Amino acid sequence: MSQTYTPVEQTSTGKKLAGPVGWLDDRLGLAGAGKKNLRKVFPEHWSFMLGEVALWSFVVLLITGVFLTLWFDPSMAETTYTGSYRPLNGVEMSVAYASSLDISFDIRGGLLLRQMHHWAAHLFIAAMMVHMLRVFFTGAYRKPRELNWLIGLGLLMLGILAGFSGYSLPDDLLSGTGLRIADGMIKSIPLIGTHVSFFLFGGEFPGDQIIGRLYMVHILLIPALLLGLIAAHMLLLVYHKHTQWPGPGRTNENVVGYPALPVYIAKAGGFFFIVFGVIAVMAATFTVNGVWIYGPYNPAEVTAGSQPDWYMGFAEGALRIFPPLEWSWFGSTWAMSVFIPGLGFLGLLFVALGAWPFIERAITRDQREHHLLERPRNAPTRTGLGVAGMTWFGLLWIGGGNDVIALKFGLDLNAITWFLRVGIFVGPVVAFLITRRICISLQRKDNEVLTHGYETGVIDRSPDGGYSERHAAMPLAKQYALTAAKERPKQIEAPELVDENGVDAPRSRRERLRHRLRRFYYYGAAVVDKPTAEDMAHAEEHLRGSNEHPVELGEDFQGVSETGVPRVH
Amino acid sequence: MTQELEKTAPVGDPIADPGLPEHQYRPQDVDAAQEKRTERQIAAMFGVATLLLLGFCVAYFTIDQDALIFVDGAGNGGWSAMNFTLGLTLGAALLLIGTGIIQWAKKLMGDHEIIEMRHPARSSDDDRTAVMADINAGIEESGIGRRPLIRNSLLGALGAMGLPAIVMLRDLGPLPGDKLMHTVWQPGMRVVNDVSGQPIRPSDIEVGQLVNGQPAIFYETDDEGHPVMHGHDVLNAKAKAAVILVRMRPEDITPAEGRENWGIDGILCYSKICTHVGCPISLWEQQTHHLLCPCHQSTFDLADNGKVIFGPAFRPLPQLPLAVDEEGYLVAVSDFPEIVGPSYSFLDRDQKKLDEEMA
Repeated sequence: MSQTYTPVEQTSTGKKLAGPVGWLDDRLGLAGAGKKNLRKVFPEHWSFMLGEVALWSFVVLLITGVFLTLWFDPSMAETTYTGSYRPLNGVEMSVAYASSLDISFDIRGGLLLRQMHHWAAHLFIAAMMVHMLRVFFTGAYRKPRELNWLIGLGLLMLGILAGFSGYSLPDDLLSGTGLRIADGMIKSIPLIGTHVSFFLFGGEFPGDQIIGRLYMVHILLIPALLLGLIAAHMLLLVYHKHTQWPGPGRTNENVVGYPALPVYIAKAGGFFFIVFGVIAVMAATFTVNGVWIYGPYNPAEVTAGSQPDWYMGFAEGALRIFPPLEWSWFGSTWAMSVFIPGLGFLGLLFVALGAWPFIERAITRDQREHHLLERPRNAPTRTGLGVAGMTWFGLLWIGGGNDVIALKFGLDLNAITWFLRVGIFVGPVVAFLITRRICISLQRKDNEVLTHGYETGVIDRSPDGGYSERHAAMPLAKQYALTAAKERPKQIEAPELVDENGVDAPRSRRERLRHRLRRFYYYGAAVVDKPTAEDMAHAEEHLRGSNEHPVELGEDFQGVSETGVPRVH
Repeated sequence: MTQELEKTAPVGDPIADPGLPEHQYRPQDVDAAQEKRTERQIAAMFGVATLLLLGFCVAYFTIDQDALIFVDGAGNGGWSAMNFTLGLTLGAALLLIGTGIIQWAKKLMGDHEIIEMRHPARSSDDDRTAVMADINAGIEESGIGRRPLIRNSLLGALGAMGLPAIVMLRDLGPLPGDKLMHTVWQPGMRVVNDVSGQPIRPSDIEVGQLVNGQPAIFYETDDEGHPVMHGHDVLNAKAKAAVILVRMRPEDITPAEGRENWGIDGILCYSKICTHVGCPISLWEQQTHHLLCPCHQSTFDLADNGKVIFGPAFRPLPQLPLAVDEEGYLVAVSDFPEIVGPSYSFLDRDQKKLDEEMA
C-alpha cells in the first residue's frame, strides 16, 4: 500500500532477485506462467480444506512409507522369530511378518512410523470421501469440472486399493484373513476367477508369492498412478480456478480471495504441518493395527470380530447380508452370493458416482459453466439422492460390523442381517423423501427470513398488553447472498410428441422420459421460488413499519439468542 | 402444470449486488505494539518447535525401547515410552510450526482480498478453428483416411503389441488344473489334534465338545527326523484340509442317505473351511449344533449334514467320513467326497469328476 510508485527493479528485493530470476527465465522462460499463477486467487471456506487434508495425508504417507521400506522385507520365506517380542519367540512365521514385528519392537521409532503410516492412510481415504461429499452436495462437479470429478473418483478408488494392498502386507492373522476373503471373491468371478486367483497367488492360496507382488503394487504401481492423477487434479484446479460461495462481490465471473503468494501458500503450507502433526500425535497415543496381537497367518485360524479397515466395511457388509445364491451351468459355477456383493456393489458405487454429473446434465440440459457453489437445500433432488446414497453406504457399513453390533447391544445377529437385507432397499428411499422435504422446508425458511425478517429475540409489549417478538431485516449482504445463491425454477415445456400430421415425432419416447426426469428433478415434491424484487420491497416497507418503535435497535444490533447473547449473522 | 409454471417465469434477482464489504483492519495493522507481540509469539512457536525436535533426538538415544509408561496397578497395559515420547515431541513440533506459519499468514501478511476475473474454460473460436485446421491438415497430409491398408495394418500391429504383455503373464502361476479337487487326506490317515499333533481316540471327545483337527501328515517326520511337509506346503494344504471334530448325541444326528456310518459314536468330522469365501469356521453352539463362521456369519447345522441354515454360504459344509484304526484312533475313510473351501468358477466340473472318482 505504498503511496509512491517505485519500479520493482529498484527495490531491495528486486535488486537481489533480478539475477536468479533472469538466469532461470533465460533458460526456462517461466515468467509468463509465473505472472499468471504466483498471485493466483484462492477463495476461502472451511470446506475447501477437506481436499487439502487428503493431499497432505498423502504426502505424509509418502514420507513415512519411504522410511518403512528401509526395514520391511516382503518375503514369504519361513523363519523362526527371535526378536524382542517375547510372546512370539520361537514361532514359525514369514519373513514379512517377522520384519513387521522388528519394525514395531526393534527399530527405534519404527512403531511410530508404522502407526503414522496407517493413521495417515485412514485419514487420506476419509478426507477424500468427505471432500467428495462436499463437492457433490454443493454441485461443484458441474461444468466445467466433470473431468476433475472423474479424476477424483479415480483417486478414491486407487486410495482404497492402496489401503487394501498395504494392510495385507504384514502377513499377520488379520491381513491373511483379508487375503483369504479377497481370494474367495476373485475365485467367484464367473468362468475365469479360478485362473485369476492362481495367477495372482502364484498357485494355490496362500502360496509364497502374494506379499511380494502386493508390495510392488503398494509401493510402486499405485503411488505412481496416484501421483499422476493428483498432479492432473491440481492442474485442473488451477486452470478452472476454485469455485466459491456466492456473496457480495462474488459472482460466477470472478473469484475473490487471497493471493497464492504469500497468503494462500503460507496457509496451505502451514496446514501441511498441522495435518502431519495431528497424525504424529495420533500415532503416539492410539494403537492402530497391532500386528503382534494375533500372531502369524494360519489358514486354519481366525479371530472373532475380524474386520477390514473401515473403508472396506461396506463391501464386507454386502458380503455378509447377501442371501445364498449360486448356480451351475455346464460345469461352471456362478457364486453370485460372493461375486455380486464382493465385486458388483463396488462397481455399482463407482459407476453411479462417475455417471452422475453426466446424468444430471442430460436431465437439466444445463450448458452453462458453474463456478458458484449451490447450497444443498437449493437442489433438493440432488441432495436427496446424495443422502440416499450415504444411507445405502452406511447400512452396508453397519452390516460389515453386524457381529460386533449384535454382541455390544445384545441384539440378534440374524435379525440385524434381515433388517439390513430389507433396509438397503427401503432406507435410501425413505432418506431421499425425508431429505428432499427438509430441503424444501429450509428453502421456505430462507424465504420467510427474507420477507418477514429474522427473529430479533426482543419481545415487545403493546399498549394493550399483547406480547410479540420484533422482527428485523437481515443485513443487505446476507440478503444478497441468500437470493443470489438460488436460481429461479426452470420452465419445463412438454416435448412435442407428435408432428403436424399427428405422427409420433422421432425420438419421442426418449424426449418423454427426459421430460419426466426433468419434472422429477426440478418439481419432484414442491417448488419454492425466491422472492421477487416486489416481494422484497413489500418486506422492507413492512419491516420499516415494525421498526417505528420508541426503542431503537441500533445499527449493529443483529438479534439476541434465547439466553440474551448477542448474535452475529 | 404449464400454467403454474408461467407464474414463476424467471425475473431478476431481488437484491442488487452490494459489492465486496469494506476492508476491516486487524489490531496488528493499527497497533505497532500488538504487531510486535504477534511477531514474538510466532517466533516463540518456531523456537519451541526447534527445542522439541532436539528433544525427539535426545529421546531416541536415551529412552529404553522396552520401557513402558502408564502401567496400571496390576502391572497390566502400559504404553511404549519410546513411541509416546517420539510421537508427542514430533507431533507438537509440527503443530507449532504449522500454527506459527498460519498465524503469520493471518495476522501479519497482507490481508487484502483480490478479485480475479474468470475466463471460460474453452479456448477462443479462432484457436478452435486453427486447431481443427491443423488436425485436418495433419490427417490430410498423413493420408490416414485415404490409406486404410497402412492404417489398419498399423492398428493391427499395435494391437498385437498387447499380446506379448498378456502372454508374459502366463508364468505368474500354474494353471488350476484339478488342484482344488483334492486335499491331503488319504484313506486311513489319522485325525490329529491341531495344537499337539496327537492322534485322537473317540473317548477323548465328550458330547458337546469341538476339537480342531488336522491330517496327521503335517506332523509326520521322515527317517532322518525331518518333517515330511514344511513351509508353504503345509499352509497351502491346511487351507483346504483343516477339520473340526464334534461329538453330539447319536440320536440328535440325522445323517443323509449314505452317511449313516460316517461318524463314530456321534463324532462327526467336517471341513473347517467355510464354503462362502474360505474363512476357518470355529464358533460352535453346543446346544443347537450350529457352527457359525466369524467372518460373514454363515451358519451350518452339523447335526444335519452341515446344511446352511443362515448367512451367505450356499454349499453345505463338506463332511469327512470317519473310521477307527486298529489302535483305536480316529482316521479318515477317504478324502472329502465334496469339494472344500470357497466356490470357484469351475467347481461344478470338478465336483462331477470327484463324484465319478468316488463312485
